[in-house]
Amino acid sequence: MLWEVEIIPRRFDSESERVCREHELLTHTHCAVPLVERSTRGFLLEGNLRREQAELLRDELLVDTLAELGRLVEAGAVQSLSVDGREIQPFATVLLKPGVMDPVAQSVAEAARYLRVPLTGVRTFRRYYAAAPMPDDARDTLFRKVLANEAIEQVIEGVLRLDHLTPGSSYQFERLEVPIREIDDTALVAVSRTGGLSLNFAEMQAIQKHFRSLGREPTDVELETLAQTWSEHCSHKTLKGTIELTDEAGGVRRYDNLLKETIFGATQEIRRRLGKDDWCVSVFEDNAGVVRFDDCFNVCFKVETHNHPSAIEPYGGANTGIGGVIRDPLGTGLGAKPICNTDVFCFAPPDTPPESLPAGVLHPRKVMHGVVAGVRDYGNRMGIPTVNGAVCFDTRYLGNPLVYCGTVGLIPVHRCVKQPKAGDLIVAVGGRTGRDGIHGATFSSIELTSESETVSSGAVQIGNAITEKKLLDVILQARDLGLYHAITDCGAGGFSSAVGEMGEKLGASVHLDRAPLKYEGLSYTEIWISEAQERMILAVPPERWPALEALCRGEDVEATAIGTFEETGKLRLFYCNQQVADLDMHFLHDGRPDITRRAIWTGEPVAEPRTLRNLDDGAARQEPRPPAEPCAPVESRPPVESRPPVEHHPAARPGEVLLAIMSSYNVCSKEWIIRQYDHEVQGGTVIKPLVGVHDDGPGDAAVVTPVLGSRQGLAVGCGINPRYGDLDAYAMAAAAIDEAVRNVVAVGADPRFIALLDNFCWGNTDRPEVLGSLVRAAEACRDVALAFNMPFISGKDSLNNEFRAGDRTITIPPTLLISAMGRVPDVRRCVTMDLKEPGNLLFLIGVTRDELGGSHLHLVTGQNGGTVPQVDLELAPRIFAALHTAIAAGLVRSCHDLSEGGLAVALAEMAFAGDIGADVTGLSARPLPDSVELFSESTSRFIVEVMPEHEATFRERASSIPVQLLGRTVADKRLRIAGANGEWIVWLALDELRDAWQKPLR
Amino acid sequence: MAKPRVLILRAPGANCDVETHFAFELAGAIAERVHIHRLRESPKLLHDFQILVIPGGFTYGDDVAAGKILAVQLKHFLGDALHRFRARDKLILGICNGFQVLLKAGLILIPDDDGPLATLTDNSHGRFEDRWIWLQPDAQRCPFLKGYQRFLLPIAHGEGRFTCRAPWILRGLEQAGQVVLRYVDGDGNPGPFPVNPNGSEGDVAGLCDVSGRVLGLMPHPERHVLPTQHPRWTREGLKSEGDGLQLFRNAVKYFDAG
Repeated sequence: MLWEVEIIPRRFDSESERVCREHELLTHTHCAVPLVERSTRGFLLEGNLRREQAELLRDELLVDTLAELGRLVEAGAVQSLSVDGREIQPFATVLLKPGVMDPVAQSVAEAARYLRVPLTGVRTFRRYYAAAPMPDDARDTLFRKVLANEAIEQVIEGVLRLDHLTPGSSYQFERLEVPIREIDDTALVAVSRTGGLSLNFAEMQAIQKHFRSLGREPTDVELETLAQTWSEHCSHKTLKGTIELTDEAGGVRRYDNLLKETIFGATQEIRRRLGKDDWCVSVFEDNAGVVRFDDCFNVCFKVETHNHPSAIEPYGGANTGIGGVIRDPLGTGLGAKPICNTDVFCFAPPDTPPESLPAGVLHPRKVMHGVVAGVRDYGNRMGIPTVNGAVCFDTRYLGNPLVYCGTVGLIPVHRCVKQPKAGDLIVAVGGRTGRDGIHGATFSSIELTSESETVSSGAVQIGNAITEKKLLDVILQARDLGLYHAITDCGAGGFSSAVGEMGEKLGASVHLDRAPLKYEGLSYTEIWISEAQERMILAVPPERWPALEALCRGEDVEATAIGTFEETGKLRLFYCNQQVADLDMHFLHDGRPDITRRAIWTGEPVAEPRTLRNLDDGAARQEPRPPAEPCAPVESRPPVESRPPVEHHPAARPGEVLLAIMSSYNVCSKEWIIRQYDHEVQGGTVIKPLVGVHDDGPGDAAVVTPVLGSRQGLAVGCGINPRYGDLDAYAMAAAAIDEAVRNVVAVGADPRFIALLDNFCWGNTDRPEVLGSLVRAAEACRDVALAFNMPFISGKDSLNNEFRAGDRTITIPPTLLISAMGRVPDVRRCVTMDLKEPGNLLFLIGVTRDELGGSHLHLVTGQNGGTVPQVDLELAPRIFAALHTAIAAGLVRSCHDLSEGGLAVALAEMAFAGDIGADVTGLSARPLPDSVELFSESTSRFIVEVMPEHEATFRERASSIPVQLLGRTVADKRLRIAGANGEWIVWLALDELRDAWQKPLR
Repeated sequence: MAKPRVLILRAPGANCDVETHFAFELAGAIAERVHIHRLRESPKLLHDFQILVIPGGFTYGDDVAAGKILAVQLKHFLGDALHRFRARDKLILGICNGFQVLLKAGLILIPDDDGPLATLTDNSHGRFEDRWIWLQPDAQRCPFLKGYQRFLLPIAHGEGRFTCRAPWILRGLEQAGQVVLRYVDGDGNPGPFPVNPNGSEGDVAGLCDVSGRVLGLMPHPERHVLPTQHPRWTREGLKSEGDGLQLFRNAVKYFDAG
């Protein structure tokens, strides 16, 4: 019996509003009569249910009668909806495709068990009603782009006809061999291509040779295992392979292993230098990099990308992106407790004209909304505060948005080493295995409708945060009880990579038929390579297995022993006791032939960074600002408080430029996003992402206290600036590191204990110039890490970020995200960026140079060229150290780093965040042009606010670094900056600045 | 005086149990986190505790509606045990998701013949919102709020809009002194968003039952027990403690008197 409970909202119908809004956005139309008049949602309930039982579910569980109406019918019965006395008809029902994760349906099934209602299946749906028949032109856009995402959902027009829900059909075991020993080279390549293995010719040859020596053919699952293990994603063969770089002078540098010789090499050197003070625990080894935190705990950090899935299905992509990276700390050592998340996104501008979208590309606004919601729903449900992030905009992210998710974990010092032992059981815990993540897999076993349908392709999944939360809860208990020897997560490659990596030094045998499945019909290969979410693998000594099993059962977490680690040096797979794989671990992990790639670095810009299309519109929005009034030096404030008359100076309108930069998408307020994330859960967030008198200022970095009640904190920040990457990848990487470090130092992190992470998102590195820019960025990471004495502890690369539409290929700008995590010795000394009181002194720390290449001044004024900011590797670490001593001594009232938009933007942000004005007169009589002083983005600079009584001590502490008095804070709520000639060139009310900054993404 | 014992109820998706535990221990109680399945197996466990807390989180993912599935379990499996617990002059506290659970399980307002009297549903603006807000207490009836003046706590929820089935219900609750926490601005005045962050009727942020001993509130007192948790401590200086700590201390002290 199949019942349907349909739920009709009484008051808000936000889904109808969303549909109409998105349809209007995409079609530039405004419908006088809404296309969709009402939307409902509901549940299909399958099982041997009497009507009373279905009513019980409706009344007790599914409907909140104060907010909703619920009606129960047999599925398939058509019902109109009465609205204001009119009857409107359903025209479409949207369901998740069979096999796609439906967390709500799972929860309903569980709750039905509590109510002792015998449900065998549940599916959720949304339904849409219209007053009039849908016009054909509207119908097309609506059905294809607005109502549903075809990657995971299906739209059924008219009446929903179905008689059962459960997907899957039984699987007939058949051991498959792939004959490769006797085939020629062409056929060998074809085997890789048709099998979707992505193995190149040399790799296929190595495999052929191996199996010839064994005297047998490989099975399908053996080939798949090799393909997974040798994939770019799992082995990072480009960056770990040989690269020959031809530089601008024609010289050739050869790297046998780029990562080892640059980033990782720098870390090794730093650890050697630190000697007994080395605070790295485990770097570039485990799922996350681990460093010391205090006597009892270490901390670990990992940042991942989930770009391609997020392009196709933003919500699910971001959802599983954050879900995946949370499992990294959880799978580090013997398991770290996640304590905070970070999220950095790169999108095309939200005002991109819909008609300019290539086919198959979602509108960036939709991508942004979906990604934000995906991260929100997973991170919030996991109870992990999202404390730090950034959003960058560039048109080239149109078909290929970037979604970086990071998680910091806390782990007891004596739980940091994992060591599976021979005889340990291989235990799968958490979610069940389905066809999720099997590339190109389709099934049409039992159809929902008469049409055959495809299961979502591997790229697209939805996470179930509660499954992962339950998993987290039992893992941390099991860890503390010592119930297992090793743990790792099932990420890319699923069981294959998890078991393969964990058993690398031993050997393993796995019985694939024992893995719990979401539905029937999976072949042994599908079970082995499925990337279904929320699963982890444990190595459990047999005598602890009963305790672990009981612990898991007690909290509704599924745990299944699927095999054994054994000292065979072999990976052996079985299905119903028949052997389907027998792979040599040594060949699996070390048999891949190295590849050599060519890279070129010419020193010429790869491309000019984009400028605002409509700068003139942007500038014209603002009233011309007063430029020409002489001002007095800092010590005697000018008496004039009335606005001077408006005079138009077209050549230099710093006030307008400042407002335009404040309103640029990269700089503007991200409060709309930040507030959707719980950044307070766990109670440890002592410096919030939003700071200042109205809790709306852009904090430089967040600080958390991982151990509640302890005073030691952890500052988490990031640096990213793809605009510089277009001009000079080396400078971009250096600037990104500098920015990440500035951010954490600005709030109080000790520069002696800052750890870094790199995440490279690049275009197609088969192109030598693209790879060349990547090599340069990696070289910068090495040089800067060594100069700053700050180790990289983990990293990840995502290559081939391109989007092909017809004959056009859009490559993303080289985008390096640097994340920084720094220890804060005593959080009570932390500093925020909002100005604190009037009458204090403002100092600029660092050196301003004419470095406007890739700047936001150029972005909003449509200029090109210029020098990209360079990092002074000798001076920068001295600045960080001196600033930190001043902050730690309590001499700094507020501190903000200078980044996009330079000095002027930093001053504006500090002022409106604190609702305290500033008069800046310290720029007069300086040699550089005003525009450079105001907007240059030179690195390693800060503005600090110091109370007059602390001036002398502060100057003394900062005597070894460049410090310049800028001006004073004032009670009047306005920012004034005097130019070289002593005239006020910026004179703006704080409200105006704040409004310009908040408006774009409000 | 022996320290009172606090049972913090864990359930799949609950996620504020650790900091709630911390807050109660800071206030002088002995706290234990107990999984719902253990309590269902043995409701008698409740005998060992004086305070029951349903902490914040997303129990069962807030699937169907926030707190609903845990509420169904409490009602069907622990209804008698919980009513006895309350009748024995003990305290029950529901924070955020816990408030949603208590309300939907009928433990704060007993449903009448026409069904539940009130519910907590989607925020007016339709989004999850994390924000620090001011609260005006009306502490006469509720021991948890004894001695409170206007105070500052964070909210973090997507379904916190309090709504009653009919206007007379809200008026009745107000008259009975059961509306114990309201959203106000820094000066104590009511206002639209963001002062009232979710569109709750009557600016209701917290509600107690007729006895006053069952309190549900959307804001998170456990997230403001330490001075460094204040959102503006770098401006205003560090106080001796966070505004939320008194609530936990009040709960502990309630058992001193008895």
